[in-house]
Amino acid sequence: MRTPLQPSNVAKQLVLLFAAFLALVPTIYMVITALKSDEEYAIDKLGFPHSPVLENFRSVLVDSPFLYWMLNSGILVAGAVMLSTAISVLGAYAIATMQFRGRDTLLAVSTSLMAVPPVVMIVPLFVLYTRLNMVSTYSGAILIYAGLITPFSVYLLVTFFRTVPRELYEAAHIDGAGQFTILMKVVLPLSLPALVTLIVVNSLYVWNDLLIAIIFMQDDAKRTLMAGISVFSGRYNNQVPLTMAGMVIASAPMFILYVLFQKQFIRGLMSGAIK
Amino acid sequence: MTPSSRLTPYLYVLPLVALLAFVFGYPLLRIFEFSFKMVRGIDGPWIGLRNYQLVLGQSLFWESVLHNLQLLLAIPVMVAISLIVSVLLSERVAGWKLYRIIVFVPFVLAIPIVAVVMKRMFQFSGPVNELLRWMSLDFMALDWIGSSDVALWTVMILIIWRESALGIILFLARLLSLDESVIEAAKIDGANWWHRLWHIILPEMRGVIEFYMVISVITMLAAVFSYIYIMGGGRGGPGTSTEVVELYIFNALIRSSLPGIASAASVMLFLVTGVLIFLLFRVRRRAENF
Repeated sequence: MRTPLQPSNVAKQLVLLFAAFLALVPTIYMVITALKSDEEYAIDKLGFPHSPVLENFRSVLVDSPFLYWMLNSGILVAGAVMLSTAISVLGAYAIATMQFRGRDTLLAVSTSLMAVPPVVMIVPLFVLYTRLNMVSTYSGAILIYAGLITPFSVYLLVTFFRTVPRELYEAAHIDGAGQFTILMKVVLPLSLPALVTLIVVNSLYVWNDLLIAIIFMQDDAKRTLMAGISVFSGRYNNQVPLTMAGMVIASAPMFILYVLFQKQFIRGLMSGAIK
Repeated sequence: MTPSSRLTPYLYVLPLVALLAFVFGYPLLRIFEFSFKMVRGIDGPWIGLRNYQLVLGQSLFWESVLHNLQLLLAIPVMVAISLIVSVLLSERVAGWKLYRIIVFVPFVLAIPIVAVVMKRMFQFSGPVNELLRWMSLDFMALDWIGSSDVALWTVMILIIWRESALGIILFLARLLSLDESVIEAAKIDGANWWHRLWHIILPEMRGVIEFYMVISVITMLAAVFSYIYIMGGGRGGPGTSTEVVELYIFNALIRSSLPGIASAASVMLFLVTGVLIFLLFRVRRRAENF
């Protein structure tokens, strides 16, 4: 039942191919440039490298503290995600299964905080942290990141906990299990997919953030990967292949995670594509 | 119910309330207070509206606001791109799962990384201009990064490239949840592709499109720091040509150590986003009811 004006399958494929190409262009450029020498890049900026060199990767890893920055980012990701997940699981469980005053208000406020841009919170926190000597401390930054990702965690977990059949809670309750036991033994094992999604999306947020990192982790020794990148790219402004090797290394962890966990990533992004 | 079990829910939400109060509650109250004070170090005397007068009297602030508003022009482009790609993906054309993995990539890569890469691609002697010259489009080979007339548009290209991925994700989630029987029925009735798109699919997507647009307005006004910071080499450069309100707040706080000024700008930004968040919730309620 085709009318002449309908886009054919070929046209659809071409549009999607073009979109996929555009989505990948920076990645392709980054990888092929990283494999070129400065001399080759000077004469050929578009083509594939004729004789790929790994020298750029070596000098990034040896001459720049990339791995160290990654370690700092990793500490913040682990700390913030663990803290936020623990707090959100408890809170979301109460919101989803218990009756108490202020419950709906709490959920509404928490959910609306998802959309508040972090920049409006930085001034008082920075002033406070300066007074308490908490600037450039892991615990200080972890606390802020944990707070920023928590509204999304609560939203996602409440939505998920509400889908757990009530009979499960009631059966466990009759068996004499306390609330905490029910949460740990019945609800959490069921929530594993939601938890993985949550951890993936939140890790991505903390790992990729620049604003909080620049302001609250100012010491060279505490610099995160994203803040390090801004310093690094300024320093090697004219050595494009070297810069690109740095970017390949910097994007590798999330890229590998994405390829390994695409299902969780895609589900996570689609379920709460708010961030 | 025993008294202890009545307390239980509050024990469960206590850490949550404390964390949110610290990271959101405290700062959101404090910016109002600071904005009326001359803060030196950690506190200072009340000075009424002086901070606001200073901020509103500064041409740099208005220039920043204008740049944020200019970024709003990206939103229709983002909506169009997201719609086309998500609708095609939702038709499950051959290879759609692979396409889906690929078009989500911009959203997985960190903004600072992509900004560094794009900056090199758009350098005056970079690959984009080389390609344009090779295609004999020399007049289009602009100084994308270094010219103050063009720099903000270049940042906008990057923003469109990345934020469209979010639109595709959102729209696709909505499209895949659509009731397929309606679309099938329309096919049987002989409705052609455009007709189905216009009269059946788009009305169903109205809620999610509005939602995405409001989210994007908030992004353009208050969440483009990473793009600007990296593309402008740590400043809103060249000169002040890509300065935005976020960078204005950042500079007032970190580079000039004027928390009062930074707070006054933060308050104004918060009030604007507050209105948008209110709108967002009305839009979302509608999106959920559809």
